[in-house]
Amino acid sequence: MTARAFLIRGLIAGLVAGIATFFVAYSVGEPHVETAIALEESGTAAEEAPTDASHDHGDEAAGGHSHTHSHSHGDEGEDTEVSRDSQRTWGLLTGSLAVGLALGGIVALVAAGTIGRMGRLQPGQSTALITLLGFVAFALVPFLKYPANPPAVGSGDTIGDRTALYFGFVVVSVLTVVAATYVALRLRNRLGTYGGVVAGAAGYLAVMVVAGQLFATVNEVGDFPADTLWFFRRASLFTLATMWGVIGVVLTGLVGRLYAAQTERAQRRALAASL
Amino acid sequence: MSQVSAVPVAGAPSVPTIPFGQLAPWALFFGLLGTLVLFFVSTDQGAVSLLAGTAIHEWVHDGRHLLGYPCH
Repeated sequence: MTARAFLIRGLIAGLVAGIATFFVAYSVGEPHVETAIALEESGTAAEEAPTDASHDHGDEAAGGHSHTHSHSHGDEGEDTEVSRDSQRTWGLLTGSLAVGLALGGIVALVAAGTIGRMGRLQPGQSTALITLLGFVAFALVPFLKYPANPPAVGSGDTIGDRTALYFGFVVVSVLTVVAATYVALRLRNRLGTYGGVVAGAAGYLAVMVVAGQLFATVNEVGDFPADTLWFFRRASLFTLATMWGVIGVVLTGLVGRLYAAQTERAQRRALAASL
Repeated sequence: MSQVSAVPVAGAPSVPTIPFGQLAPWALFFGLLGTLVLFFVSTDQGAVSLLAGTAIHEWVHDGRHLLGYPCH
């Protein structure tokens, strides 16, 4: 039970999770990304045509609208460096693996810090709980406030504000879940496990409801089709759930095995010493 | 019965902990590395650019959208 043992297992879990996430994102999410890009391009084309006819080209280039929208999507836009085929296969795999490895390692090290410190939970159990809390605080609750958007939703002009809001909310959520877990463990001594867990969960919920009210709402959906938006967001949630779920399952299994092996060794040593 | 199970059985140690001092360098190193990796996939060449160009943004574009990060 060392930090190194946890990190290695976290990276293994992250690798498996990254691969699984890629397959889920590719099969469930990509069809809706393609639909969104098709809508975006037909919309951009429709908007560009009159612009082209009524203004000179310099105005269009300076306007930035067609630029910010077409640069990402592998059409014949001037900034395109990566084809759609690469984006939805190797690019998506790169992103999934990188995020999987990073999250797997971080979750494992947090789990390493909490074993033996969460009431009577066994190492595998506390690891599973940490992953669950990570999913709720880092992925699920931020998603509820700032859901994922497909290409074509979201203006390039507001990316700065949206990024600051999103990560600000993530930071509040993660700090709150850490504090709530700490408070729950402290209250557990006085109120028992039931009381501690209810108090911690209620505290997290209360803070996040208030934060959700205080943080500005982002709505740049416009007249984007509701069904495609819902399908994309549902697919995005499946993608995130796959990432965290696989990290949790694999890491819990590996940590449980590690602890079982260590316990068995200790028992054998104790038996040998008693003879 | 409850007393029996409360007493640690010989050879079945209570759950071990990892001292925070031993954990700190790992957490610091990998915490920074992991955060940097998450930053490059989720944000770089969007709202904030550490590296010039759009190549990283383009390459991880679909992952950025599907993992729920703000993108253009």
